[in-house]
Amino acid sequence: MQEIAVSALIVIGAAFTFIGSLGLARLGDFYSRLHGPTKATTLGVGSLLIASVIYFSTSGSGVSLHEVLVTLFLFITAPVSAHLLAKVALHLGVRSIAPPPPQVQSARGAEGAATDQRSAPRGSGSGASTTRATG
Amino acid sequence: MLRHWLPHPLLTLTLVLVWLLLVNSFTLAQALLGLFLGWIIPLFTLRFWPDRVRIARPWWLVFFLVKVLWDILVANLAVALLILGGQRYTRPAFVPVPLELRTELAISILANTVSLTPGTVSAWLSPDRRTLLVHGLRVRDPDALAREIKGRYERPLRDIFEPPC
Amino acid sequence: MLSIALIIAITLVCGALSLSLWRLLAGPSDPDRILALDTLYVNAIALLVLLGILLGSALYFEAALLIAMMGFVGTVALCKYLLRGDIIE
Repeated sequence: MQEIAVSALIVIGAAFTFIGSLGLARLGDFYSRLHGPTKATTLGVGSLLIASVIYFSTSGSGVSLHEVLVTLFLFITAPVSAHLLAKVALHLGVRSIAPPPPQVQSARGAEGAATDQRSAPRGSGSGASTTRATG
Repeated sequence: MLRHWLPHPLLTLTLVLVWLLLVNSFTLAQALLGLFLGWIIPLFTLRFWPDRVRIARPWWLVFFLVKVLWDILVANLAVALLILGGQRYTRPAFVPVPLELRTELAISILANTVSLTPGTVSAWLSPDRRTLLVHGLRVRDPDALAREIKGRYERPLRDIFEPPC
Repeated sequence: MLSIALIIAITLVCGALSLSLWRLLAGPSDPDRILALDTLYVNAIALLVLLGILLGSALYFEAALLIAMMGFVGTVALCKYLLRGDIIE
């Protein structure tokens, strides 16, 4: 019984992991590719880790729950990385099938101006240091 | 007084649980060591946690988590089918969702939930924190998607973290 | 039965690894490459867990946890670099 459950969870988890990477490889634009790894791969690895919990808890000595920690960690961090990556792609203006909404464009202009302002003194500083070094 | 020596009880509890899972043995000695770590770490990292987390209705949070877990399963099956079907079936779109939540923690939890559940990824939060931009993999009706996110996830989070008292 | 399941699963995860690697090499934009790296480390965790079950040893759990933490920090650092042109402000 326990072996059947572990085997089923392992195969299902590996299949979801594979489908997540398949989505990464074959979908059309970056924002669509983002969906595969965030959802399918996270659930796949979660399922594999639950299989590991069942396997080590029933065969080894005593309860083994520490895989839950990795699962929780992945479930918390995967959406955060996905959000950051989407933000980066919007910031860089990566090509997208869906039309990007106008409010991002205006905010991006403002943000770009702010970063330009901040990077300007740093550039001049490095220029000054190189002139000093050559002088 | 208690507030001074135990600034973040929830963080302490989380740290104890994480410690027990990390050492993978549930004995009294490890629980005491975990309690000590859970007490001392929040004291030393006090400056990183300016606000005290306030959960108005903890039990509703449990219901919310169970619902989200179920939705994660359903959403994963849907996304897996879409990926296997290929690009013909996807209809990606950006959908702006107006936010009524105000606390940072509630907005973060909403964004994470949206990323994990119904075929959507939260892509961008406007600088004034009033609009969350969501990218959906297969959007037929953008308004209906925004309504679903607001009704299914935002309203419970408002009840949990920002009750109208 | 478990051994057959393990063989199928390891094959699938290796396929996933090669698909991510292809996206890492081919990816037209920088975010694509970061996403491929992110997927690659999650797949590596899957492979490590399977290896742990195959060898009946719980030792691989620490490695999986470390990969999860370092991978997340690496993704965030790369994103911040692309977003701001700087990691530490």
